This record gives sequence, C-alpha cells and structure tokens, in this order.
Amino acid sequence: MTAAAPLTARPGTVPIPYRVVEREGETSDTATIVLEPVRSALQPFAPGQFAMVYAFGVGDIPLSVSGIDGHRLTHTVRTVGAVSGALHGLRRGDTVGVRGPFGTGWELPAAVGNDLLVVAGGIGLAPLRPLVRDVLAAPERYGRLNVLIGARTPHELLYAEDVRGWQSAARILTTVDRADPLWQGEVGVVTTLLDRAAFGPGTTSAFICGPEPMMRATAGELVHRGVDPERIRVSLERNMHCATGHCGHCQLGPLLLCRDGPVVSWTKAQPLLMVREL
Amino acid sequence: MTVVRHGFLGALSPGHRERLFTFAHDVSFPGGTRIFEEDGVADRFWIIRSGLIALDVHVPGRREAVVETLGEGDLVGWSWLFEPYRWHLGAQARSTVSASEFDAERVRAACEKDPSFGLALTNCVAQVIARRLRATRIRLLDLYGPPDAGES
Repeated sequence: MTAAAPLTARPGTVPIPYRVVEREGETSDTATIVLEPVRSALQPFAPGQFAMVYAFGVGDIPLSVSGIDGHRLTHTVRTVGAVSGALHGLRRGDTVGVRGPFGTGWELPAAVGNDLLVVAGGIGLAPLRPLVRDVLAAPERYGRLNVLIGARTPHELLYAEDVRGWQSAARILTTVDRADPLWQGEVGVVTTLLDRAAFGPGTTSAFICGPEPMMRATAGELVHRGVDPERIRVSLERNMHCATGHCGHCQLGPLLLCRDGPVVSWTKAQPLLMVREL
Repeated sequence: MTVVRHGFLGALSPGHRERLFTFAHDVSFPGGTRIFEEDGVADRFWIIRSGLIALDVHVPGRREAVVETLGEGDLVGWSWLFEPYRWHLGAQARSTVSASEFDAERVRAACEKDPSFGLALTNCVAQVIARRLRATRIRLLDLYGPPDAGES
C-alpha cells in the first residue's frame, strides 16, 4: 500500500509558545504584557494587526499588538470573560500560545506627507500606540501629529508615561466622560477635541479605534469637516475565532474582518455599519 | 481675534459676526474664577479665545461635579437667549481664560430689531445646544464601561 501523505497544518493555525517577560497593570481591569518567543518567532507584525493569544486550557482571543520591539510582542488586555481574565492574570515567566500576524494594518506609509489624526477611545489606544511610535520614529515624513484620547474616567487612561513622552512631538488632547475632583483636564466626548486639533482636512489621514458608536461619530464628524473617507481608517471588531478566514464568525457583510480587516477605510466601513443586521 | 472655523463663530456670516462683536469687550479670568453660578441671572455670554472653562452642577453636600469643559472658540452660556434667563449650570475657569464677553440684553434687543440677525444667531445657538445634546447622549451610553457580554 502507498503510505499516506503526512498531514500539515494550515498556516496560522498552530500556536507558537511565547513567554511573559514583563507585565504592567494599567488600570484596575487592564494590563499590558510583553511576550518573547520561547523558541521560534512569528513573522513580524505591523501596527494594527492582531494575534490570537491562547491561554492554555482556557481558550484564545484576538488581541491587537500594542507594541512591537523586534521579536517581542506587547498586548494590552482588559478582563471581559474567561480568556481575557486568564490573560490578565498572567505573571512574568508564564507561557501562552500565539498565532499570527493576522489582518490588515493601519498602512501608515500611505499617509506620508499628511497631517495625522489619531483618535482613541478607551482601550482603543492599544492598537494605535505602535502607530504613534512609528510616526515618532520618523517624524520628518509627516505633517502635524495629533493624538486625541478619550476615556471613561481619569483612572482609566492608558499609557500615561508614553503619552507624556509624546507631548514634545505631538499635539495631545485628552478628555474623560466623568471627572474626579483632582482632574484638571477636559471633560466630554472625544469628538469635541477635534475643534482643538491642528490639521488641514484636505491633507489629513485619520486613524480611529474605540467603541463603534464613538468611531461612527468621529468619522462622521471628520467627513463633515472635509476629510476624505478613504483617508479615514477604523479598526473594527467582530467575534473572531479561527482568524484565518475559514469559520466566518467575524463576517461583516462581504468582509471577513480577520482577513479583510480589522483596519478598513471609512469608505468601506460606513455603509456596512449603517446596516443594523450585520 | 482669530476666528475658529468650527467653533460657534464659524456658523455666522461675516456681516453678522461683525455685528455681534459690537456688543463685546475683552475679558480675562484667572484660573479658579467662578464665572457664573447655577440659577444666577444670565445677563451675558462669552466666546473663549484661550483657556479652559469647566461647567459644573451643584450637588448638595459635595463638591461641584464637572459635566463638561469648553475651550477655544466655544460659546459659554446659552441661557441668556431663553426666558427666564437663568443659568442651568455653574462655570469656573480651569486655567487663565481670555474671552469676548457679550451684553446679553443688548444682543437680544438687536435680535428683536433685526429678525435676520436674530434668526442667524438663534440658529447658531441651536446648533451648539444640539451638538452638546448629542455629546451627552453618547456619554450616557457609557461606551468605555465594561461590556455587557464577555467572550467565551
């Protein structure tokens, strides 16, 4: 008899072990973990792409990269359910499985020469952080950089140290929905910060990540102000499982977000987000 | 002063803007100044040139709760336009504020005398109110709060 051909896994389906080398608590329910490959590393990630991070024995979830440093990956995870809770509870030395990179990135090179508008709502700052870092690594390529950050409360603002470091090279505007007595900054929704951002609508690229209603409001306001919808990029979320474009759980109309997103132009996203059933 | 394209002034025609500013004079508030209090007489309004103003609500037994901040180009106060001309919120300068202060009574009189000007100004104020209402509704959604359903 003829020997059967050996089975081979589809690319991106076998988790690669990574070890937690750093962990920092960001807020009461959010932590940032830095992962280093135990042996072999995955292909390099681009800002905006995501990995499927597997808590052994619990499950895996999609997490956008919030930092890229050689083979090290940084992810910021908020406790929502069993898997994110397990990842949030990781300690230095623990091992996880990682698959990726998956999806589309922010495509920063397409924005060369433009003013940049980065708009983050809550944990949406996580996928945008590596984008900001890339811009600041080569600021001469771009116009003005504006980073607009919205959060629920002052205690839920992420990456305080990073944001302070960006202030010398970018216009940073921060607002919270609910202030506490010690908060001396702005109070209100992040879209109101657009009034004080420094950008020319005709030559601006915008990158938006946050809750979907916030992204809709922000993108709509930017279009109203004259920014080309094709230059507005949003990071969308759906229930990703396989991340390789096979199971269909992340379908949004004609798009499979694990493959065709999560970053898409507002030109593509806007008509789909207006359909309630999608 | 520099006209802010997307602030309150951006919605007025140049002629009406010029007319409006005949009722204005420049003012400055040091940080911490109480500009007006809830239920006070709304006899003036401001357009911020620089700085930050916090709108707050009096909560008995507690420090005032800041509900919104306004910055460059924003209109401070709209209660002057509608009877009974009383403030619904308090306002405090968060930082040193430079602003144009308008005499509300004279502006209302000008609106009554010139309906075209009055309509234009009322439309501008209505847009401000609508925008702030939309923003408040978004905040009520508590978008950054814990999701209702977790992952598997």
